[in-house]
Amino acid sequence: MKKKLVSTLLLGALSVSLLAGCGGNGGSGDGGSDDGGKSDAKGSVYYLNFKPEADQAWQDLAKKYTEETGVEVKVVTAASGEYESTLTTEMGKSSAPTLFQVGNDQAVNTWKNYCLDLADTDIVKELSTDEFNLTGDNGEIYAVGYCYEAFGIITNKKLLKEAGYEVSDITDFASLKKVAEDITARKDELGFSAFTSAGLESSSSWRFSGHLANMPMFYEFRDDGVTKQPATVTGAYLDNFKDVWDLYINNATCTPVELATKTGDESEAEFGQEQAVFFQNGSWEYANLVTDETKGFMMNADDLTMIPIYCGVEGEENAGLCCGTENCWAVNSQASEADIQATLDFIKWVVTSDEGTTMMAEQFGPIPFKNAKEPENVFFKAADQYIEDGKYVVSWAFNYTPNVDDWRATVVSAMLQYSSNGGSWDNVVKAYVDGWATQYAAQ
Amino acid sequence: MKRRKKTSAVAVNSRLISRPIRRCFPIFMLPTFAAFCIGFIWPFAQGMYLSFCNFTIPKDAEFIGIGNYVKAFADAGFRYSFLYTAAFAVVSILAINIFAFTIAYLLTQNIKGANLFRTVFFMPNLIGGIVLGYIWSMIFDGILKKYGTFLLAETSYGFWGLIILMCWQQIGYMMIIYIAGLQSVPEDMMEAAKIDGANKWQTLIRITIPNVMSSITICIFLTLTNSFKLFDQNLALTGGMPVAFTDAGTTINTTEMLALNIYKTFYTSANTRGLAQAKAVMFFVLVAVLAIAQLRFTREKEVQQ
Repeated sequence: MKKKLVSTLLLGALSVSLLAGCGGNGGSGDGGSDDGGKSDAKGSVYYLNFKPEADQAWQDLAKKYTEETGVEVKVVTAASGEYESTLTTEMGKSSAPTLFQVGNDQAVNTWKNYCLDLADTDIVKELSTDEFNLTGDNGEIYAVGYCYEAFGIITNKKLLKEAGYEVSDITDFASLKKVAEDITARKDELGFSAFTSAGLESSSSWRFSGHLANMPMFYEFRDDGVTKQPATVTGAYLDNFKDVWDLYINNATCTPVELATKTGDESEAEFGQEQAVFFQNGSWEYANLVTDETKGFMMNADDLTMIPIYCGVEGEENAGLCCGTENCWAVNSQASEADIQATLDFIKWVVTSDEGTTMMAEQFGPIPFKNAKEPENVFFKAADQYIEDGKYVVSWAFNYTPNVDDWRATVVSAMLQYSSNGGSWDNVVKAYVDGWATQYAAQ
Repeated sequence: MKRRKKTSAVAVNSRLISRPIRRCFPIFMLPTFAAFCIGFIWPFAQGMYLSFCNFTIPKDAEFIGIGNYVKAFADAGFRYSFLYTAAFAVVSILAINIFAFTIAYLLTQNIKGANLFRTVFFMPNLIGGIVLGYIWSMIFDGILKKYGTFLLAETSYGFWGLIILMCWQQIGYMMIIYIAGLQSVPEDMMEAAKIDGANKWQTLIRITIPNVMSSITICIFLTLTNSFKLFDQNLALTGGMPVAFTDAGTTINTTEMLALNIYKTFYTSANTRGLAQAKAVMFFVLVAVLAIAQLRFTREKEVQQ
């Protein structure tokens, strides 16, 4: 009798703890199936965002949309460095993201089985240009570019004037070089340098291995008529790349040896504190330089503009800024039909409604949609001006880069050796050309 | 004392308690066993299976046979990272254990403030690997700047940098284990050695080391597996850079260890996830075989007290 009592008690205790354990697990599980339950009726949206700085704006917008339509929108943000791993995990779950980011060719290669062909959807009809979409071989639209960015050389017109020049004096590489070297020669007298430090520290080295390297890539691909990721590259314009790079590092605020540890933030601060005239970066710097009070630069927008990166290619006086995007939406083709419809409705609302377009203009600048609101950003105005003047847009050729992070790391490593450690430029060429072949073969 | 021990032993052995336990043990095992299956056995089996597959996410795996293993063996970067990891393991096992043992030995010699030293030496172990990696990269760069160079300039800088970092982090932990071992060396043996006229060196070699052999076993085991599994510190300190070029026109990351190589392979593209999985399985087998061999080898040298 006693024995039985003890074992019953023990069993009771055990089953309680087991149930408690299950209860704990069930909590999160229930959450998931709850979403599922709702999605059967109306569909729901799960957006895996990759811009932490825009997270709050997305959350607010999602709430507004839910209030208006009753459709649930869940926004989760994974920073770009963790995006791929988060997406891989989330996609394996039963409540997978219905809307996610596919930024370049590499991402399309990885995720195309999960990308709905958007060709016949409303969102595509709202586009003002299809320039920024990611497409398949048979005209499938795997992802829609929902905003674009421009990069070039951000220029402080005020300082340039102090040095005795106007923006219009710079029309090609030769004139850029003349101005920069003249400023360097009078550096002590003027109190500022030509370029900010071209830091190759890993957090911002993409400015050069990605954005600057886009110049030789763009011209090579234009000559060869490349329309999809090539297996090999020739590096035909790498001498031009070397010319600009030499110009950057020999006319900067710091010596080349310091480049290994210089960060993008330092470079930005040098520009913000008017220690240099030129700062190679993109339209996203507008907020940091002009409006961000915590950064405290609060530059006058009228003093700023952006000029193209000139590298000595024939005909480059007709070049505009580098415009493109890595911000593209893909809709999960494996989601339920109701969820897909809800997602398509949501993104259409984002790019057509007043709330949506306002938020997009604030967070992302100009968006390639018919209902877009005009942003304040002077850098986009510069980009538009170049287009209006009939100059050609330098597209983001680097979106073809195979295994992009590793390829860039390779190039940066060689650039560092060249700039700071007496290495040979040949290794940069090798990193660029051989590295491309290596990464293409590896993927 | 003895009597009380006996009574408590009787209590546990009483048939009243022991029989239901014996009868119902599967139920008591169940929660842990289930957790072990869900958290370890199942993912492990799935991982094995996935290494024979092509997949973007595990749900949609497609069986392709041993192709991934063939590719893994043909991967020059993977072979290089294996050799690099092995070299790193040898150096770091020696360095960490020699330093840790020396410090532990000194701190058990009745030095003033020994407790303070122990705490301070142990502290680095409490900091996460990624943070450490970034902090040390700043320290190294700061020092190397004086000599007009930087951490990513040479492969050897990255190698020794990582050795220094790992020593700094792990010596304290191993030291604690060695201190525990040293404190349990029987006093009577030491006394006997003293009476027999053994000098300090002889006592260390003949008495102390054989007696702390079990600590040495566990410390070598930990440092061995830690070195092979090293990831965070590697990622944060050098990220595999700088790059070297092969004659075949390919590139190799010269400070990339096995785990980092696997991680990078996984996120290269949808076609490489199976390959990374195959590498990971090989990696597991390698670490397991090495660890078991080492345990066997050092266990033989242990003295039964």
